[in-house]
Amino acid sequence: MAPNTRTTPAGTPTNVTQKHARGGIGESTLRPDGTLKVTGEFAYSSDMWHEDMLWGHTLRSTVAHAEIASIDISEALATAGVYAVLTYDDLPAKMKNYGLEIQDTPVLANGRVRHHGEPVALVAADHPETARRAAAKIKIDYRELPLVTDEASALAEDAPLLHPGRDDHHSGHVPHPNIVHRQPIIRGDAAEAAKKADVIVTGEYVFGMQDQAFLGPESGLAVPSEDGGVDLYVATQWLHSDLRQIAPVLGLPEEKVRMTLSGVGGAFGGREDISMQIHACLLALRTGKPVKMVYNRFESFFGHVHRHPAKLRYEHGATKDGKITHMKCRIVLDGGAYASASPAVVGNASSLSVGPYVIDNVDIEAVALYTNNPPCGAMRGFGAVQACFAYEAQMDKLAAKLGMDPVEFRRLNAMEQGAIMPTGQVVDSPAPVAELLRRVKARPMPPERQWETAGEGADVRALPGGLSNTTHGEGVVRGVGYAVGIKNVGFSEGFDDYSTARVRLEVINGEPVAMVHTAMAEVGQGGVTVHAQIARTELGVTQVTIHPADTQVGSAGSTSASRQTYMTGGAVKNTCEAVREKVLEIGRRKYGSYHPAWATAELLLESGKVVTDGGEVLADLGELLEDESVDLELEFRHRPTQAFDLVTGQGDGHVQYTFAAHRAVVEVDTELGLVKVIELACAQDVGKALNMLSVVGQIQGGTTQGLGVAVMEEIIVDPKTAKVRNPSFTDYLIPTILDTPTMPVDVLELADPNAPYGLRGLGEAPTLSSTPAVLAAIRNATGLELNKTPVRPEHLTGTL
Amino acid sequence: MDFLRPASWEEALAAKAEHPTAVPIAGGTDVMVEINFDHRRPEYLLDLNRVELLRDWEAGEENVRLGASVTYTQIMEQLRAELPGLALASHTVASPQIRNRGGVGGNLGTASPAGDAHPALLAAGAEVEVESVRGSRFIPIDEFYTGVKRNALQPDELIKTVHIKKADGPQQYSKVGTRNAMVIAVCAFGLALHPETRTVRTGIGSAAPTPVRAKEAEEFLNAALEEGGFWDNGKIITPSIAKQFADLASAACNPIDDVRGTARYRRHAVGIMARRTLGWTWEQYRSTGATLEGAA
Repeated sequence: MAPNTRTTPAGTPTNVTQKHARGGIGESTLRPDGTLKVTGEFAYSSDMWHEDMLWGHTLRSTVAHAEIASIDISEALATAGVYAVLTYDDLPAKMKNYGLEIQDTPVLANGRVRHHGEPVALVAADHPETARRAAAKIKIDYRELPLVTDEASALAEDAPLLHPGRDDHHSGHVPHPNIVHRQPIIRGDAAEAAKKADVIVTGEYVFGMQDQAFLGPESGLAVPSEDGGVDLYVATQWLHSDLRQIAPVLGLPEEKVRMTLSGVGGAFGGREDISMQIHACLLALRTGKPVKMVYNRFESFFGHVHRHPAKLRYEHGATKDGKITHMKCRIVLDGGAYASASPAVVGNASSLSVGPYVIDNVDIEAVALYTNNPPCGAMRGFGAVQACFAYEAQMDKLAAKLGMDPVEFRRLNAMEQGAIMPTGQVVDSPAPVAELLRRVKARPMPPERQWETAGEGADVRALPGGLSNTTHGEGVVRGVGYAVGIKNVGFSEGFDDYSTARVRLEVINGEPVAMVHTAMAEVGQGGVTVHAQIARTELGVTQVTIHPADTQVGSAGSTSASRQTYMTGGAVKNTCEAVREKVLEIGRRKYGSYHPAWATAELLLESGKVVTDGGEVLADLGELLEDESVDLELEFRHRPTQAFDLVTGQGDGHVQYTFAAHRAVVEVDTELGLVKVIELACAQDVGKALNMLSVVGQIQGGTTQGLGVAVMEEIIVDPKTAKVRNPSFTDYLIPTILDTPTMPVDVLELADPNAPYGLRGLGEAPTLSSTPAVLAAIRNATGLELNKTPVRPEHLTGTL
Repeated sequence: MDFLRPASWEEALAAKAEHPTAVPIAGGTDVMVEINFDHRRPEYLLDLNRVELLRDWEAGEENVRLGASVTYTQIMEQLRAELPGLALASHTVASPQIRNRGGVGGNLGTASPAGDAHPALLAAGAEVEVESVRGSRFIPIDEFYTGVKRNALQPDELIKTVHIKKADGPQQYSKVGTRNAMVIAVCAFGLALHPETRTVRTGIGSAAPTPVRAKEAEEFLNAALEEGGFWDNGKIITPSIAKQFADLASAACNPIDDVRGTARYRRHAVGIMARRTLGWTWEQYRSTGATLEGAA
């Protein structure tokens, strides 16, 4: 039976009608890729090989902003073993740019480079070293241009325009062409409310540029096909979004670019944008040979967008009894040279800038700049991270000024179900903010002085500095800090966000087998585990096959925005339900006349049989289906959202909200400025845990990523040259196991009636509150104000 | 790139004489990073992994004769009593995998100011045995480091062993990095008490163009300890002496600002580490009067 396509009505609430199935939802089934990854046998996209394949290499700009006066490729092209050298002039189609929302990113530089590491030329050769050496022979004459590196230089009167003549859909409403997008949100009257405040606190906060630091660098294999098209195997986050951007630049219809997901070594937002996809296809089509491209770690730092660094200015007021009167904020995000996801990050940063608090009077503005800094875009937490860092610091300041306990102050102002967001949107499902805070606070404290051993020496692994043996307890002060955050789930602001799932049920060797086919990018989040669980539950089968993700099935949307379990999980559920209905139809047709229950009872699929809800077996699936299969492909949508008004910011912009709270316990060597995070406890509401093991893993992973940016992670860009100074894991540090504290997790399951199974997207929320909790704890230990993340030893010792 | 694989030390020396630009490689933990990042492309690599004698160590009366390729893991596990400072330094080197491959010969060959072994070698006192087809010689560790990533080797010479003075008193080693493991030194400090000669020696890493001793700090402390009769009476070193020592250690630095830290912080941190390591070693000396393993 050919798959057919049908769309479900948006937001139809669905309930579990199926009973518990072995390996179904709610069980901590193990990931199919887990053992392979741990033992090193998992095939990542960088492991692919093809007979006769060539190696692609990208030549990138060595300067941040320049006109290219000339490019001489002759010597590179003459190198033995080189099959092709491509520059802008070789691009085959009218379309030369790509981009997630705004197509402003050149596939190869067109006479101008706008950031350090921008792709200028491509080489294909029979050996990666040959390609690299040939690329080094390409002569480029750069004429350097003045740099735009911050808000002042972006908006200066004589500022060079990053994209002169831009005509994208934001260009009409932004106050300056070097502003990608601006979103104000006005509600109530902040100026008037400020007059009623007994205390007012202000703060300026700086959030550093974080890298996703996924472990598997960008890589893929493009194989030209006989029909003039190309087969692309690649590690990405959203196959169909890539496809939409790749095909026009190749001058091919989308059906001639067939994409298959290959092993993804982490993503965290860094694979939402195109990296080597188009380049490999161009080289493959030019040479007629398969082309593999693999970035090394150095190139990877230039090969994907980063988290927007931000400057945030906040003002809050409160009355003596601790009620927040108003909030004003201005958030400036550095989007770098190209738009990437900047507009959506602005939408998130502004609409979530208030935090999970009830504040009736707000005056909010968020902007993203075009600069010559590295392009920034999606990363776990997506605009909400930077805001949370700032508003949570403000909450501590307010509480301190009022002489209140910081947790009690937050609880007093915490939003609940029914609260109204600054955008006017009603929070219409559980929002247990106060309860999450209560839970992390109620936890017993980790024991003091854990470094003390029964013997004589100190166990330095438990101390700041760790193995480096910098203290045996001298200068060490403990601090405790709290934070809570709010994140949206799914794509917002009126975006038509849908996922597609194809499910086939058939009987093989007498046993019913379900095949689930989606284009969902499994990037490590555990989606394939959950899909099998859903199919088992909904179809009452044991055996589920997960088809490789490719573009032969409809889009699954992006593996981002905490959306995949909700969206593609929802699509799998939805299609399974339709398949079940179809099976029952066949059953009614075949056997309906033999037993009245076919017409009267609620029927379920259980252990390969059709049963009544009373447990009576009506038919065996093997007999019912015989050699027929039921095969459906359906789209699933969440309820529609609205764009934010460009002046007032009003609109029901988000699908679902998600909340997490942290308590951080740190020990700081106050003399050396070194930090050891002892414990990071998290409480989070996940609506419904489809797989508790995965849920806890997500929360601990997100927590650790938040810790990283609190105390060590930052891409350092030289303000004088706009060049990246630390593109390596030697100097871009991420937490090791000795930096990773114990992370007790407390999971709440308060169902969202609008979501499949009542679940709540969960992957990002812990990344928000982890960072400000650690900062609060360091402030608590040191008494320092600390308005920048990451905190460096220099900040703690006054030695900048 | 040609890969030379001598089967013996003699063959290695001959190969180095024939190809003075050849870059020796043993564990490869430094050289391979440079090659992979395309920071250098040597004409010849001289693989020393077949040269057995480089992997041996031997503890004599006065010295430990440490083969250039003895791994950091071996030093940590087997030489903790004889070389406590170097054992502590070895603990801070990268990851277990790297410690299983890398050795002191590599640190000396690269002569980066950030090499973890240097402050411990400077504090303990050591001589580097180098050899060429012309013969062998000993280079005192104080004269070994000649500039940023430069050492006193002649182009035809290879590092054979390091003769490190066996500990005659407590030794300590501290290193500041911005995470709790697997980190390049922002700065480091080694300190060794030498009760036999009633002297203190130090080593500073990553806070000057080369690894250096804090000589003025040492001289000040030697005099202060002598004057106060501390070596005999075992009293607690007065805070003012410790502070002066720390200040002089800071003053011995000549650091730069870079992505890993500011010059100001490096000076500051070296002072703190000097004070703390002095406190730890002195406490150990007072309580035992004898050599002890590193406390960590």
